[in-house]
Amino acid sequence: MAQKLKDTILNPILKGNPITVLVLGICSSLAVTVQLKGAIVMALSVTIVTALSSLVCSLLRNTIPNRVRIIVQLVVVALMVILVDQILKAGEGTYAIDKQLSVYIGLIITNCIVMGRIEAFALGNKPIPSFLDGLANGIGYGLILIVVAFFRELLGSGTLLGFQVLPASYVPNNLVILPPFALILLGCIIWVHRACDKDLQEK
Amino acid sequence: MEYVSLFVKSIFVDNMIFAYFLGMCSYLAVSKNVKTANGLGLAVIFVLLFTLPLNYLLNKFVLQPGALKWLNPEFANVDLSFLSFIIFIAVIAAFTQLVEMIVEKFLPSLYSSLGIYLPLIAVNCAILGGSLFMQQKDFANLGESAVYALGSGIGWYLAIVCLAAIREKMSYCNIPAPLKGIGITFITVGLMGMAFMIFMGIQL
Repeated sequence: MAQKLKDTILNPILKGNPITVLVLGICSSLAVTVQLKGAIVMALSVTIVTALSSLVCSLLRNTIPNRVRIIVQLVVVALMVILVDQILKAGEGTYAIDKQLSVYIGLIITNCIVMGRIEAFALGNKPIPSFLDGLANGIGYGLILIVVAFFRELLGSGTLLGFQVLPASYVPNNLVILPPFALILLGCIIWVHRACDKDLQEK
Repeated sequence: MEYVSLFVKSIFVDNMIFAYFLGMCSYLAVSKNVKTANGLGLAVIFVLLFTLPLNYLLNKFVLQPGALKWLNPEFANVDLSFLSFIIFIAVIAAFTQLVEMIVEKFLPSLYSSLGIYLPLIAVNCAILGGSLFMQQKDFANLGESAVYALGSGIGWYLAIVCLAAIREKMSYCNIPAPLKGIGITFITVGLMGMAFMIFMGIQL
């Protein structure tokens, strides 16, 4: 039992990472990686939404009729996203970040990780493992997001979390801030990940 | 003229894939060959074209702060905008369900060629993203929102068909083993995005 729980938590972070291995949730992830701060907030929001909606859907799993399950899941997820959005809007320091993330907070609803984990895990498992599975997937997602944002903020503006890190003589690379670079960077992360773990390579 | 400008801008400059990364999941999963990419692209254009103006009307007459004034002057202070996520996604899910049933009944050949992609559109971020951008951009009338929907749908279609064509050719290439499959696809999309950036700053 303990071994199984450990797998539930560790697997989504390394071997079954939602972004680099399952290729889920790319949509909203890359646009928020220009600044490290936005990426951290986004990672936290997605983790909370995934964990809580997995928990709720798992509690409801025996009462949801199979035919309308997608709509029920969407409603549960949308509810969680509205909660997170309202909390971000209410906070003194987080309001500016909420503005910066703009539509991408709302787009967590259609983030494939959330729906994917509910469909694949929460509907067939007890609430506690489902909650942990959602949590771990959120963390696996957040990790990649933070790595991408780290490089983009460092190379693109020479700062980290708003503090100047590179010497002032460093000329910021504007290409790094533009959207296409996020994709190339993610491609490189996948490259490194798969070079280290040969089982993941595609034939 | 404004319509033409908005149309061209939403296809090339504000491209759903290259500028906002919307609908990336199905974009990467379904772009293995041109034929299925074509079907999914057309379905996305179709669904966007109907859900976005529908959500525009809902936003204008129900959700915006003070939007309920037409019902009763007392409701001028009501702000339902916190409900927009749930309303938009409900409209999109209901509409895709409806389209699926209509297409299955009247156009069985189209239905079999679109297959499972039709229901999947409900969770395509490009559709919900379109509606959320519509809310943010605050369009002046229904026509503008419809033109925006058509433009961004065509932009998405263009992007997925291009990528599918490249990936078909790429299957004959000798790619380093760890990059095979999804890795090289990401880099390709990045390069395509750079190519699309030449359209930035277009003013009509």
